[in-house]
Amino acid sequence: MLTDHAVTALAILATLLVVAPLVAIFAQVLIRGASSLNLDFFIRTPKPVGEAGGGMANAIAGSAILLGLASLIGIPVGIAGGIYLAEYGRGGKLATAIRFTADVLNGVPSIVMGLAIYSLVVVPMGHFSAFAGGVALGIMMIPTVCRTTEEMLLMVPQAIREAALALGVANWRSVLSVSVRTASPGIITGCMLAFARVAGETAPLIFTALGNTFWSASLNQPIAALPLQIYVYALSPYDDWHRLAWAGALVLILLIVIAVALVRYVTSRGVLKGAS
Amino acid sequence: MNGTQQEIRVQTRIDPTPVPDQPQAPAVPAPASAIRTYLMARGNSALTDRAFHGLMVLCALSIFGIVVLIAGELVIRSQLAWNKFGLSFFFSAFIDPDTHRPTYWDPVNGHFSALPFVYGTLVTSFLALLMAVPLAIGLAIFLTEMCPRFLRGPLSFVTELLAAIPSIIYGLWAVFVLVPILRSTVDPALIRLFGWTGLFVNDYPTGLGFLAGGIILAVMILPIISSLTREVMTAVPNSQREAALALGATRWEMIRIGVLRNARIGIVGAIILGLGRALGETMAVTMVIGNSPEIQRSLLSNGSSMSSVIANEFTEAVGDLHLSALIEIGLALFVVTIIINILAQLLIWAVTRGTPSQAH
Repeated sequence: MLTDHAVTALAILATLLVVAPLVAIFAQVLIRGASSLNLDFFIRTPKPVGEAGGGMANAIAGSAILLGLASLIGIPVGIAGGIYLAEYGRGGKLATAIRFTADVLNGVPSIVMGLAIYSLVVVPMGHFSAFAGGVALGIMMIPTVCRTTEEMLLMVPQAIREAALALGVANWRSVLSVSVRTASPGIITGCMLAFARVAGETAPLIFTALGNTFWSASLNQPIAALPLQIYVYALSPYDDWHRLAWAGALVLILLIVIAVALVRYVTSRGVLKGAS
Repeated sequence: MNGTQQEIRVQTRIDPTPVPDQPQAPAVPAPASAIRTYLMARGNSALTDRAFHGLMVLCALSIFGIVVLIAGELVIRSQLAWNKFGLSFFFSAFIDPDTHRPTYWDPVNGHFSALPFVYGTLVTSFLALLMAVPLAIGLAIFLTEMCPRFLRGPLSFVTELLAAIPSIIYGLWAVFVLVPILRSTVDPALIRLFGWTGLFVNDYPTGLGFLAGGIILAVMILPIISSLTREVMTAVPNSQREAALALGATRWEMIRIGVLRNARIGIVGAIILGLGRALGETMAVTMVIGNSPEIQRSLLSNGSSMSSVIANEFTEAVGDLHLSALIEIGLALFVVTIIINILAQLLIWAVTRGTPSQAH
């Protein structure tokens, strides 16, 4: 009995020790970030070093551009891969191999991806660019989107597919209009999850998009990104920049918490309420 | 009256047996093109079906393409360093003839060795595992076996949030909150209490170093190990738990015998996956590890890890050999994490039998 109680106490202690850093991190980001978050943060570009004020408008816009390009590359290819795994290749050896490789790819460090894209895109182009950054982030999205799409499609009841085919609907049409449409809430949340994960990535952007202290919206030049800017500001010796870094961290965390909460809400409601 | 009679007559008239006509042309019109016969044999959507199928296969094969792409680019760009140093890049270093001490990383004179970075990566990762594994397994046990139902949802949401926080924010918190705490309270205490081991030696502790890197890495790999352990533990059938209880086991004995013993392989897999994540983690470690390419025994000394040196020096690399050496370190990181992830996935699939996971 004593060991039983001791183990229960240890388990509760472990839980508290796990929850504590999360609470600490959130509290710090909220406290330090909220005080320096104002309208200036969103609409002004950084001021020269030492001057007060300024914001991270270029970083926010840059992140938006990079994530837009990444979604353009990652989401269609990922969804198509997931469609193959769930609809056409289900149970086959190729599908198992692809699923395994996608899981393994999810664990590859993002800095390695940045190195590969540096070698593939930046070196031939001759300079860092937002295009390279978008490609790096997009390729990182593909395995995640592929796996979550497959999981969501596997939940669509087989009867629905068979009914569509029995009515004479072409196979490709049935996949798109019936299976994918039924699983679309889940697929969208999967994409949001991948989006939120990639939104916080810094390492692949260091050698592809490089970062930019000025306003830039061109795909052909280095571009600022929110996580990159936080990194640079955090390691700088200026208090003003530290405050901006905390504010940026708050914006980033809010984005991610909203995405995770939305994902939870949609999947808990029952993805396929309309199907059964 | 006449009309109806006529109608009746028409309706009751028996058709005569059909007289064979002269041979007529078949119902199908004039010879069709190849596409037309193909479509009519298989249905009108055959072409689009095949095209769609092909497109989906292509996109799925892009996963393989990504792996080949990364491996190929890294191997090509690291050729220069590989040709110059060979495998000894990871084992030995240039010994300075004057001081008889190894010079590990000297971009100016062209002496490169990955030893300090391998050391730093291994030290921080194993430190992180040491701290994270007991906590993660404790959390998993609490969530699956002991937690009251109303707490389960919020707690698993909290763990999911921990996994979703980007590493840059962990790094930010580590630099501004964790390191000052280490510098002011924890490090002096460790030096006083455990300095005799030689592991906690530093005259002027800055709070940065292997220990800080290990702690922040532990916080980062906790949610992965914990959620996978939970997944593996829930995959153990209830009959095992009930059998243990029926034999008179206490709750802890039931967990130990019925659940943990069966889930052992999967838990090992979860730990290895956490190790894989810890090996590759860049931003948080770069910000707190101190960035000095040296090998020292003290955990409170500055060091460097494989990913931190790439993040720090890549954009300012001096010369092709420097760049190539950095990319070779990246290649080593890639190979090691791929092997570890394959091993971990195999172990986890062995327990969950390859079914798609829900608890990520």
